[in-house]
Amino acid sequence: MAEATVWLIILGGMVVTYLTRLSFILLVPPERVTRVFHRGLKYIPPAVLTAILLPELVIRNGALDFSFSNHRLVAGLVAALVAWRLRNTWLTIAAGMVALWLLMSL
Amino acid sequence: MSIRNDASLTARREFLTGVRDQLPLLLGVIPFGLIFGALALSAGIRPLAAHGFSLFVFAGSAQFIAAGLIGEMASAVVVVATIFLVNLRHALYSASLAPFLAHLPRAWKLALAWLLTDEAFAMASTRYRRGNLQNAHWYTLGTGLTLWAAWQVSTVVGIALGTSLPPSLSLDFALPLTFLALVVPTLVSRPALAAALVAGILALLLRSFPFRLGLLIAAIVGVGIGLWAESVARTRGRSRDG
Repeated sequence: MAEATVWLIILGGMVVTYLTRLSFILLVPPERVTRVFHRGLKYIPPAVLTAILLPELVIRNGALDFSFSNHRLVAGLVAALVAWRLRNTWLTIAAGMVALWLLMSL
Repeated sequence: MSIRNDASLTARREFLTGVRDQLPLLLGVIPFGLIFGALALSAGIRPLAAHGFSLFVFAGSAQFIAAGLIGEMASAVVVVATIFLVNLRHALYSASLAPFLAHLPRAWKLALAWLLTDEAFAMASTRYRRGNLQNAHWYTLGTGLTLWAAWQVSTVVGIALGTSLPPSLSLDFALPLTFLALVVPTLVSRPALAAALVAGILALLLRSFPFRLGLLIAAIVGVGIGLWAESVARTRGRSRDG
């Protein structure tokens, strides 16, 4: 990709990110937004994060792979268990990485 | 000692407490920054631009996805739109902190908004629940600046190390794992679970769409399903009450 395009992405990324962070702190008084918007906001993290995450775990070489030989899926399930039980970002990442390394070394 | 000095002492103490409380989270942030630096280079991004992301966008997960999309030659519009969608959760943080920052001068609002990340928000919202808020904005500044500095330094080191991080370590897997750690605590209700499930399944079904447009569609439909499930649950609750 052209260097200028990458800088354009950085500039655009900066503007959209800063606008979301500034939104209610400076730009929009909280009482001005519709209730549907407020209610919808809370579904953005689960929807967006899952949509990014799931293909990373179950797509292997361009196809769906729900088998045990899909190391990333198995390691992801281990990490999900840790995330669910312990609610700790660092331990979740560590457990998933260690699980993947163990599976790859088998 | 004058009242003014007392106040500034408290401000300093708040700031340092914010710094200290943020330190454990750096265990997760620093490896993440290292990997981002390496990943950006392997996506064909030049070192200066790679750090430009950390300096100007300053949003870990969005930076990872942007680097991935750039590596796949997605169009600039799709990359920026994806960054926007991935970072929309910051609007929620913004709405949540706004009442506590309302009394501050504009410069403070501009600075604290710039530093508003997942981790800084997590620490700040805990602080605001504790009360005694006269100088709490110094705490928020301390926690935000600590994360900012760690992110800048670790990205630079990651860019310097670059491809010397061996691919056999599969460090790129830390990205989906981070999302896993962030998404699991959001699945607190049936509507949230429905939003996640539908978005995840749609992302799989629509994965062959160009420029990862399937991801955007999946996310938007998922949010719609969450809202729908919420209103269904509310109607049921109401008819049960009535």
